[in-house]
Amino acid sequence: MRVNVTVNGEQRQADEVWEGESLLFLLRERLGLPGSKNACEQGECGSCTVYLDDVPVCSCLVAAGQAQGREVRTVEGLAQGDRLDPVQEAFVEAGAVQCGFCTPGLVVAAHDLIRRVPDPGDPEIREALAGNLCRCTGYEKIMDAVRLAARRARS
Amino acid sequence: MSLTPAELTSSVSGGIGSSPQRPDGHLKVRGEFAYASDLWHEDMIWGATLRSPHPYARIVSVDLTEALKVPGVYAVLTHQDVPGRNLYGLEHKDQPVLAVDVVRYQGEPVALVGADHPETALRAMKRIEVEYEVLTPVVDMETATEDTPLHPGGNLVRHVPVRRGDQNASAEVVVTGRYEVGMQDQAFLGPESGLAVPAEDGGIDLYIATQWLHVDQAQVASALGLPLDKVRLTLSGVGGAFGGREDLSMQVHACLLALHTGKPTKMVYNREESFYGHVHRHPAVLHYEHGADRTGKLVYVKAKIYLDGGAYASSTSAVVANAATLGVGPYEVDNVTVDCWGVYTNNPPCGAMRGFGAVQAAFAYESQMDKLAEALAMDPVDVRIVNAMSEGSVMPTGQVVDSAAPVAQLLKLVKDKPLPPVSTTVDLRDMPGGVSNTTHGEGVVRGVGYAVGIKNVCFSEGYDDYSTARVRLQVINGEPAALAHTAACEVGQGLVTIMQQIVRTELGVQRVTILPMDTSIGNGGSTSASRQTYVTGGAMKAACAAVKEKLARLAAGRNTTDLVELLGGEVIDETVEWRHRATEPLDPVTGQGNAHVQYGFAAHRAVVDVDVELGLVKVVELDCAQDVGKALNPQAVQGQIQGGTAQGLGLAVMEEIQTADGKVRNPSFTDYLIPTVLDMPPMRIDVLELADPNAPYGVRGVGEPPTISSTPAIVAAIRAATGLALPRVPVRPEHITGT
Repeated sequence: MRVNVTVNGEQRQADEVWEGESLLFLLRERLGLPGSKNACEQGECGSCTVYLDDVPVCSCLVAAGQAQGREVRTVEGLAQGDRLDPVQEAFVEAGAVQCGFCTPGLVVAAHDLIRRVPDPGDPEIREALAGNLCRCTGYEKIMDAVRLAARRARS
Repeated sequence: MSLTPAELTSSVSGGIGSSPQRPDGHLKVRGEFAYASDLWHEDMIWGATLRSPHPYARIVSVDLTEALKVPGVYAVLTHQDVPGRNLYGLEHKDQPVLAVDVVRYQGEPVALVGADHPETALRAMKRIEVEYEVLTPVVDMETATEDTPLHPGGNLVRHVPVRRGDQNASAEVVVTGRYEVGMQDQAFLGPESGLAVPAEDGGIDLYIATQWLHVDQAQVASALGLPLDKVRLTLSGVGGAFGGREDLSMQVHACLLALHTGKPTKMVYNREESFYGHVHRHPAVLHYEHGADRTGKLVYVKAKIYLDGGAYASSTSAVVANAATLGVGPYEVDNVTVDCWGVYTNNPPCGAMRGFGAVQAAFAYESQMDKLAEALAMDPVDVRIVNAMSEGSVMPTGQVVDSAAPVAQLLKLVKDKPLPPVSTTVDLRDMPGGVSNTTHGEGVVRGVGYAVGIKNVCFSEGYDDYSTARVRLQVINGEPAALAHTAACEVGQGLVTIMQQIVRTELGVQRVTILPMDTSIGNGGSTSASRQTYVTGGAMKAACAAVKEKLARLAAGRNTTDLVELLGGEVIDETVEWRHRATEPLDPVTGQGNAHVQYGFAAHRAVVDVDVELGLVKVVELDCAQDVGKALNPQAVQGQIQGGTAQGLGLAVMEEIQTADGKVRNPSFTDYLIPTVLDMPPMRIDVLELADPNAPYGVRGVGEPPTISSTPAIVAAIRAATGLALPRVPVRPEHITGT
């Protein structure tokens, strides 16, 4: 089938999409956007998190066809040219990135939290990121990064 | 997207001792860092692996007819299509690339499919007909050596005895215990993946996520029947490793499909296949007896340790040596009788995981130290300090610990921290069970526990452990610029940052480019055993020294130290192989010998709240003190301590690959739980920098020690809260409730 979808502000089209393909597969393998990651492909790890019509979803759990006519924003669409989004900047600065495989999903999840809750407390940050697994960092520096990004967003 | 990873030039503006940003950090937060699973090639096909559903079975027949008929299928391969040697392995070549007439574990690769779409490959795979004669699996590690032999030499992979002092010593106070450690998974997030591209010279270029390029290269070449120079590996982006990428997974398989079809072949495991596709941490059964005098001073330790290596040897031999030689922990004991056995069974193969043999032993010996404290009515930290080793102490192997071993100091550091207050207001998010609203504090008991651990750093037992580094220095655009190249795998830990820091410090240049890691340069050794900063760091420092020597020659008789003036149009290009000091094999009868290069130590204090009615545990705080010799990058050191501690927490309370008759029951992140941000508490960390005079910059391996002491500290805290013996990890709710 053919899928038309707006990705990071651009109108995109993919042909010969098999009905069983996920949005994650569509993005990674057909649209050349491998930033969203394939760590579990069953909605447990959050590393494939993207905005679908402005709502964060696990793109591995969305069928490619469900994205027809809708708007997707991936981790590749967060920076403005060379300028990183403040969340991305904070992740690098705080040492929240090690292997980085969880990073795209966490960056999108943290981005969503900070735009909803400008001054999140630690328990709120933890709840918001509870669907994103990280195996390298023990989460401490991810907490630092989100606190830093939220502080910068407020100032 | 290019298959060859980007050269890393950005960001670093700090030398050693500072915490510059990772040179790959921007790529990673933008989603532009190319992991092995992201690779794409014009005209590529997808590979899939048919795996055995049985832990132990004879293969009666394999019929590929129907699979080959599926449109879009390019190849279906079996062991008959392996042109070279069909056996590989890190220490013993005992594992088939593709099974021949028997399968020894559930998930063992039997056949391969190459197709135009991953779904086509899966559908074709389901049409391969394999007839099995199912056999009774060997699953008990304690009796495996007397059971059906699974390999020609029987089921013993290795036995390491350690004998020191009086073998018949007796003591006033004796405590005994039998402990069990479940099978932990590395659970790196980036699945096994790679892309094999057939080359015009009949060779293959493999872009791969691994921990050791050169050992992969040798094994792939052997299986393909190709000379080494026809098998070229480039490290792709690696999504974590933790030991799980030391063994081959899809490397040979993708190359077989690519060479057979003439098409670039990509293979990516999904999470379920990943659980079958790599080795795990050895489950263990450990019998211990500690004898002490009335002051708590240890008189003797006796231990019998069984490690389940599963169906193939992998690195079991080295894991056995670690568990045996580190089996009494960071304590001085004059009389030691330790035996450790690693065995074959039909359980999933086990090999390297962070902590490598030391984790299993530490759970047992630290549980024993708590038991001893209880028997003596002593404080658990005091009994450890009474026995704590220090610089100059003698290991059970007879090896003298010849650099800092601040065991007592580490324990005091975590003990002296103020305890977190018990909250007076109820916030569900602080409760065991969290917002599941399982308690408002009723039935919740707090406990505090301590542990300390020891780990060897670098490869041991006489292994020729080295790394190769190349540094090129020249003037580019009026600026001195260095280029650094190794084959040492960056798996997420930040080795690329450390390499830039070292070159900047040694050569005084700002601009340092890290070339992609590949096999065009000599061996970098394994990214394991907490060794890369030590060994490849040492090699990089030595390569810089060789460059400086050339610079000194250019400077002779000239009155300038300015690099641009000195170099002019010259290019200095030096490659150096660097070795740490040699070690010795263990005596096969007594286990004596200077087998290890260096020892690392960490201590933890855990504070837990336990809902004793439901068996739910909330780790409230988890503090750590560790000696790192020298923190080349303090932020990365903290990251290692925090991440390693989290994996120890996982083993303490949730992580286990559960098997029944050799079959894995929970191969998914739905059923195999790893800690989330809700499970991992805040940590306070003390980092000591007591330089090791034998190591480059005084460094001490950092990555593994925090994983070792984290688990027993948490279990000790749960025991303190519940009064239960809890001889097994992970501790499950039913172990606490008794239901």
